[in-house]
Amino acid sequence: MSILVGKDTRLVVQGITGREGRFHTQQMVAYGTNVVAGVTPGKGGMDVDGIPVFDTVREAVEKTGANTSIIYVPARFAPDAILEAADAGVDLVICITEGIPTLDMVQVRRYLDTVGVRLVGPNCPGVITPGEAKVGIMPGHIHTPGPVGIVSRSGTLTYEAVYALTMRGIGQSTVVGIGGDPIIGTTFLDALKMFEADPQTEAVVLIGEIGGTEEERAAEYIKSEMTKPVVGFIAGQTAPPGKRMGHAGAIISGGKGTAAEKIAALKAAGVEVARHPEEIAELVEKVLKGK
Amino acid sequence: MNLHEYQSKRIFGKYGVPVPQGEVATTPEEVRAIAERMGTPVVVKAQVLVGGRGKAGGIKLARTPEEAEEVARKILGMNLKGLIVKKVLVDPAVDIQSEIYLGAVIDRAQRRVIMMASSEGGVDIEEVAARTPEKIVKVAIDPFLGLREYQARWLAQAIGLDKQYYRPFTKVALGLYKAFIESDASLAEINPLVITGDGQMIGVDGKMVVDDNALFRHPDIEEMRDVEAEDPFELEARKYGISYVKLDGEIGCMVNGAGLAMATMDIIKLYGGNPANFLDIGGGATAERVAAALRIILSDPNVKAVLINIFGGITRCDEVARGILAAMDEVKPQVPFVVRLIGTNQEEGQKLLADADMITANTLAEAAQKVVSLVQQ
Repeated sequence: MSILVGKDTRLVVQGITGREGRFHTQQMVAYGTNVVAGVTPGKGGMDVDGIPVFDTVREAVEKTGANTSIIYVPARFAPDAILEAADAGVDLVICITEGIPTLDMVQVRRYLDTVGVRLVGPNCPGVITPGEAKVGIMPGHIHTPGPVGIVSRSGTLTYEAVYALTMRGIGQSTVVGIGGDPIIGTTFLDALKMFEADPQTEAVVLIGEIGGTEEERAAEYIKSEMTKPVVGFIAGQTAPPGKRMGHAGAIISGGKGTAAEKIAALKAAGVEVARHPEEIAELVEKVLKGK
Repeated sequence: MNLHEYQSKRIFGKYGVPVPQGEVATTPEEVRAIAERMGTPVVVKAQVLVGGRGKAGGIKLARTPEEAEEVARKILGMNLKGLIVKKVLVDPAVDIQSEIYLGAVIDRAQRRVIMMASSEGGVDIEEVAARTPEKIVKVAIDPFLGLREYQARWLAQAIGLDKQYYRPFTKVALGLYKAFIESDASLAEINPLVITGDGQMIGVDGKMVVDDNALFRHPDIEEMRDVEAEDPFELEARKYGISYVKLDGEIGCMVNGAGLAMATMDIIKLYGGNPANFLDIGGGATAERVAAALRIILSDPNVKAVLINIFGGITRCDEVARGILAAMDEVKPQVPFVVRLIGTNQEEGQKLLADADMITANTLAEAAQKVVSLVQQ
């Protein structure tokens, strides 16, 4: 099992003919992901390495039965691309794009809530279920199938954690990059609930950072309802207040959203919090043994 | 991007928010001329991007043009919380009867723009939130409906505003919301929104922060950027697509990925060192970008050692190595480097650096410990 992506994923790549889209499509196909279509408005009729390209997502879904979309489209066009995918009938949209204006995402998210389509991202590396499907830009070869679910706001920081786990022989059920923006499609809470319901997942790693209150909301759920053990890590203990630390959502505003508060909330919920990224794997090993 | 008070008020004014008809000046003589034209009393206000200007002596009332010139002479050139005052705003003084807070901000948890109001105007809203949170009332705004008039009226009632002010308050609130949306703000505040002695409502101070991600569609706002108020290296970094924040430690770091860059700063601190900066070179960085990043780090005189932590997915370790060598050749750093390259093309990358007299490490913890011990020697 797994969550969100897997053997049943039929993927349409929006932005497939662009440089990013084309490169990552090749990587995803090489990993074994079932990429059934691509969309670039105006380029319908051609193909990219044998994958048919369409002008609209609606046509792609009609002709190929795509159920998941991944978006490699520049920030100024990405909100439209997300909405198009939702209206075209895909169940899941994964948006890699960084730099989308926040107010656009307020609108997009509001619309997606009304039509019940799930979004992961934006500004995220995507989702991977090792051994089944890679829907994103993460390096597939560092992952291996196993019992640990991972949900993270970061990209390369997640890879560190995955790599350390794989080196210890501990595999991953699904790794979900929820992204670094302030308004996102899938939160920590959403992912934790999915992992709690997933038979393959035995433990969960939560990788957060400064900004917002999502880690705290996750901590409440972990404390009151989650039965599976969680290991956490929060980046940004040394971040100064008021500064955007790379990610649009990584900012301590009005004293709120500090790493210290998040770490305290997680610890109070019984989460083992690593002091640095490589310690995550040690703690996971510990909690898995302790079961 | 932060806007000055005068810039924010100008924008609010365009959306129907009554604001004082002030003018900006850069010399005391100009201030005097403005005061003569405008009539006195006037308020001379430092235009710097910090809070608490009044308490720090950056806002002064002047009753005559001569006095206006005097106070301007003191305020211009003043160091206000680390920033030098280069401009002042001269506003006609307002007879303040009462002060309200009115602001709009994006609430991440609700995923909405919210409008907040408080009868505790003229005070730092964060202080009010800390001491008397019940004095702040909020409405969440549906992005499809916009701010509804009844929502503005509810705010007015909730802060105990006299009924005669419901209409003008609603006009201000609607204008503020429209300004927020059309400027792609992340914050827009009027504090205080004043009721004058003769019953007029006027926005005496204004603040706006515009979403950096949206500047591409607001070239006119981008032009308002106060480059003098920004760290020159942060500006330089932005040109290259690098995220950089200067800190005050002695260990420079260069990393790919914002979360990993923060974690790298943290682990340096964990092992007893102090990070000199946050720096994310982004994904798939070229040698040119890497070289630019290192030049920026090495321009900081506090830097005594540099830690490079690259986990290459799309980013190629050999490309990073080339950038490092190019930078070293150009800048000829006097400080030691600890390099940890892992991932795509890691062997090529490590080979390229083998002759370059660099300390290497396999894990992040090892790299952090090595760089800290170098500095402590």
